[in-house]
Formats: sequence, structure tokens, C-alpha cells
Amino acid sequence: MAEPSAHRFREAARAALDSPGIQQALLRLDHFRHGRSRALEEVGPEAWQALQARGREVRRHTLEHLDHYLDLLARSVERAGGHVFFARDAREANEYVAGVARAHGVRTVIKGKSMVAEEMGVAGALEAMGVEAVETDLGEFIIQLAGEAPFHIIAPALHKSKEEVARLFAERLGLEPQSEIGALAGQAREVLRERFLRADMGMTGANFAVAETGTVVVVTNEGNGRMCTSLPRVHVATMGMERVLPRLEDLATFLPLLTRSATGQRITSYVTMVTGPRRGDEEDGPEEFHLVVLDNGRSRILADPELREALYCIRCGACLAACPVYSHIGGHAYGWVYPGPIGAVVTPALLGLARARDLPFASTLCGACREVCPLGIDIPRMLLKHRRELAEDRQGGGSAGERAAMALWRRAAGGPRAFRLAGLAARIAQWPVARRGLIRWLPPPLSGWTATRDLPAVAWRPFRARWRRRRADRPGQDRR
Amino acid sequence: MRHGRPPRVALFVTCLVDQLFPRVGESAVAVLSRLGVAVDFPEAQTCCGQVAFTAGYAAHAREAAVRLLDALEGAGAVVAPSGSCAGMVRRHLPSLLSGSAALESRARELASRTYELSEFLVRVMGIEDVGASLPRPTMVTYHDGCHALRELGVAREPRALIRAVRGAELVESPGCDVCCGFGGLFSVKYPEISSAILREKVRGVRDTGASLLVTTEPGCLMQIGGFLSRQGPPAPRALHLAELLAGSAGA
Repeated sequence: MAEPSAHRFREAARAALDSPGIQQALLRLDHFRHGRSRALEEVGPEAWQALQARGREVRRHTLEHLDHYLDLLARSVERAGGHVFFARDAREANEYVAGVARAHGVRTVIKGKSMVAEEMGVAGALEAMGVEAVETDLGEFIIQLAGEAPFHIIAPALHKSKEEVARLFAERLGLEPQSEIGALAGQAREVLRERFLRADMGMTGANFAVAETGTVVVVTNEGNGRMCTSLPRVHVATMGMERVLPRLEDLATFLPLLTRSATGQRITSYVTMVTGPRRGDEEDGPEEFHLVVLDNGRSRILADPELREALYCIRCGACLAACPVYSHIGGHAYGWVYPGPIGAVVTPALLGLARARDLPFASTLCGACREVCPLGIDIPRMLLKHRRELAEDRQGGGSAGERAAMALWRRAAGGPRAFRLAGLAARIAQWPVARRGLIRWLPPPLSGWTATRDLPAVAWRPFRARWRRRRADRPGQDRR
Repeated sequence: MRHGRPPRVALFVTCLVDQLFPRVGESAVAVLSRLGVAVDFPEAQTCCGQVAFTAGYAAHAREAAVRLLDALEGAGAVVAPSGSCAGMVRRHLPSLLSGSAALESRARELASRTYELSEFLVRVMGIEDVGASLPRPTMVTYHDGCHALRELGVAREPRALIRAVRGAELVESPGCDVCCGFGGLFSVKYPEISSAILREKVRGVRDTGASLLVTTEPGCLMQIGGFLSRQGPPAPRALHLAELLAGSAGA
């Protein structure tokens, strides 16, 4: 994936707001909202809360003993005949994958959807060594052709209209432009089928990896998951190190939490569970299986008690559709692999706050994300943590103007007399712009407000002045 | 609370109401007084500090928090015409002051007796009909402020109070529980995003045909009211719940 651009959040957000195509596309988020509410109705609040409580407990426990479970996972995968590589960062991970590809003379790789693989930028690394890496998830296929970043965690091409996709297929694949979605999917299927059959290596993500058995779980609705895990000679799965579950039966908790929250489905069309490569008498499966476990900053998040909860995330995307900010600006504005509320927490945590200063502030802290999160992750709390860190670090912190404003506020809020004086100063300062109790124009940096909204003028007689007058008129009636 | 001596509360008027919406403060006092509650106004109060808190200026926020503790010390039940300020006290003050056991304990104590106005009326006093009325039959819609809704669990209470106002017909807006886009500093830091969120909120409100939009939040009142006043008639008017309940809607 291209270089992170989270530092250009402002311009990107503005561009998204001004784009009729993106605004139109964002209306499709309703599909996810409805899916989720129907699912919750079907499951019932008590059963859902029980799943959530269980999910939180398993995540808490697993993360507290993460080294034990990763060790167990590795031994289980190896016992099943697979290989495990713990990559400190994206570079190490890509080098390992490149090494596997080279060792097997791989010329074509087919890829299932993997956010971690995006984080690694492994497709680019493979292309750089002359290996064709083809996305098999239809949405990823589309954005790969378009050279764009994913717009949404589970629907990466949500922003593309069928007309745009038709044009894209026509231009990049030389195909007849089709007008129906089914026909477009059919075109993609034909192109992909050809790749499926000659691919030397398949790469997938891992929604979950079960430590006790060494099983990697991939959920898809298109069936491309098992094309990648089972057709080619080699299968490489990439996962973030936090995605491990202790036992197979934990899937009974986490699969419904994931699918119900993501699309509302009881279960996805395909749930692929692979344990190691093909064994002895098995007819299908790769000759070799590799599991790449990526750290890339996650151990830092794990070590921070205030941020650790971010690792509970199962990448369902529910927070995106719930977020008023994401719902208006879409995924590209967040500038990296992970958009929306969880992205605003994780991107600064993984890339460093200095490269994503806007993200923690691009939120009203409304809490809708926390409300819909299947794991109840308190995203606003973690955004506040990032904000505190930014405010404390002079370089990364707010502008000089913001610090000055905070200093003024501090003075004003310092006591009742200071407060009264501040109010008086405001009443004087606003005199040129206040008309009949409203301020319709303000200079920058407050012009952003008055561009679309009036502001109430500071009252000539604030409440405390009225209270005193009232008390003076009726002594002994009220105390204090 | 309804037996023996009339109950007393201390009004935590909040900085926005004090300076920008004093009528809201007066309305809150009027409503409570009408119900036989004696209202004190501890004058040392200024601001709960949430603006500094949400901007990440924890030290500033802590100072404001300690001042608030002092101002409301021994004040009995504290009532605020703001879910975000009551939420600041209840949900954030204790952890903000967790560096000192003594301060944290005082913060917990204050949190245990601080209420947003509608939850005080309905849950504590058990009253839904405060004797309010509108001059003519009016369609009213309610905006759920995010802090009131998600930090305090307040949703049923304002609606019950609105329904009991004579002449009021409560209609639900699509997206009533979606943020209005204020978010304090957010509204000036990212004004275009704030306005886009606000536009959608107002579309939902106008779709109902209601002529009054009621909220428990001074911040949301600034945001939504500021947009509606820019639109001019026949856009609905934005009103604080306290003003509706005090019968100031016609004013």
C-alpha cells in the first residue's frame, strides 16, 4: 500500500466532503447499520451481552498471557507441519515472504483480503521482485486495479459505483463495459479464475488463529479464501500478533461477534479453517504452510495499559458506520490501512503520533463507536489519551494559538471574579460583531464556525448577575 | 425527598449557560422552584473543565476540577442543565483526580450527588408533569445529546417530560441519537466536518415538521440553534429543555 498520508487528514477530509461520488457512496453505510440492528434483534440483548462479556474476558486473558499463547500457536502450527515466522516489523515480514516466494520459484501470488498484508505492503514488495500479486477479494481486486487504499475495513471498494468499476475493468483489463453488478462480478471471476489456476502461492490474512490446534480461520462471502489457502502449492497466512485465540471453542464466541457486527450475518458464506499444509492421505491443500505473525508496534500497544484495549479489535468495521465523522468523510481521509474510530486509535499508535496528529482530534467523542463495538472497546478514552500526549509534547501538540486559548480559559475559569471579568471582556470584544444577541461573523480561527452557524452573543447580564439581582430583590429567600 | 422539609439543590449552572444562555439557568431555577425545591447557587463555581479535558490539557482540567469540588463542597444534590457537564463530573472527575486519594474520594462523593436536570426531575423526584404548557399545539422533537445518552443513560426522561407538556406533541427525528457534530473544540477545529454532520442532523429534524427542537445540552443548542437561526423561518427553533418546562417557549 502507498505511503501513509494520515498527516494530510484535513485536506483529504475536505476533498471527501466536496466529492459528490464519495458522499453518494457513504449512503451505502446504511446497509451495514441495518444489517447489524437486524442481527442484534435476532440474537436478543441478553444473549448478545453474554457473548460480549465472554469475548472481552477471552481477549483480556489472552493478551495478558500473549507470549504463552503465541508460543503455543507456533508449536501447534509446527506440529501440524507448518512454519511460523515472528516478524518484528513490516520489512522483516516482507523479506520472509519474499524468501518463501524465491525458494519456490513463485511467479504468481493470489491474495485474500488481509489488513495486515496491507500494513506490510507485501503486494508492493512482491511486485518489486517481479512476482505478480493478484487480489482475489472483489473489493480488493477493484482497488488494486485503481491503485487506491481500502475505503472501509470489510468493503474496501465501497466508494466505487458500478459505473466506475465498469470503466475501470474496461480500461485496465480491456473488457467490454458492463452495466450490471452481476456481470461485472462475472468478469472479475473469469480474470481471477485464470490466476487461481496458475498461482504458485496463496496469501491470506487470518481472522483468528487458534493456539491449541494451530488453526488459521479465514471468513469470506466470496469463497476466494479457500482458493488461496488450498489451491496453490504454498500458503502464507499473515496475522497481527494479537489475533490469537486460546481454543477452538472460542470461535463459538468470536465468529458471531464478528459476522453479526460486520454484516449482520449469522455466519459468512465460507468459514475456512486450515491447520498446517496437506498431510499424508489428504487430497487437497498446499505442500507448505507459513504463518507470519506481525508485531510492527503491537507490543508497544500491549505494554501500554491505557492502549492495550485497542488490541481487542476483531476488525468488524461496525465502528465505521456508527461514526458521524467517518460517515461523512469515508476511509481515505484517515490516510492508512485502518480507517474510522479504530483507525484513529491504532494509526497514531503504530505510526507514531507525530505522523497522525489530526486523527485523535477528528472525533466528537460521541461514543457511538464504543456503543456498537462487539468487544465494547472504549475508543473515546484512548483518543483522549492520544490527545493528552499530543498536548504534553510541545512539538506534536496543538498550535500556539490553541495553547494560548487554553491559557486564557484557565485564567478565566480560575475563580468567580476572573470568570466575571472574562465575561465582561468578551462582552466588550464582541461589540463590533454582535447584533441582536447573535454573532454572525468572526475572524479566523473562529471563522469556521460563523461560515455556517450563528453564535449566541455573550449575554449582557449573565446568569450569576441575574441571580445576585434576584437575591438582592428578595433577601432571606434563598441561601448563599 | 418529597416528605418533610422541601428539598434543596445546588444549581451547577455551567459556563455556557451562565454566559451565553442565562435564560436557561433562570428557567431551570423556575421549574425547580415551582416544584417546591429550594435552589442554591454556589457562586464560586465557574467551569467543569471539560473543554480542557477533551483537548488533552489534563493539568488545566485538574485545576478546574479541584475548584469545582471546592465550590460544590457540602452543597447537597447538584443539578446541572447539561448532560455533558454532569457527565464530566460523574464519569471523568474521579479518574482525572486519581493521582490523589483524597481528591479522588471527594470527586466520587460529588459524582454521587450530581444530576442532569431531566434525570433529577424524573428519576430522583419522580415527576414527569411539571405543569408546563405551550401557548398553542406544537410539534416538538428531541435531540439526544451524546453525553446525556451514552454517559448518563438519559433518553426516556426528557421525552417523558416533553410529552407531559400541555400542547406538545413529541415526534421522533430520524437520527435523533446521532451526534450533532459539536464535540466542543471539534466544531472549530474541523468546521467543515462539523457542519456536514450538523446538516444531516437538521435534515432529520426538519423532516419531522416539528417547530421546536429540544435538547438538554447547551453545546448542542449552540450548534443546532446556530444553524437553524442562520436558516431563518420556517426553520424550527432550538430550545433547551429547561426553557420548555418553564413555559418560556412562547417568549
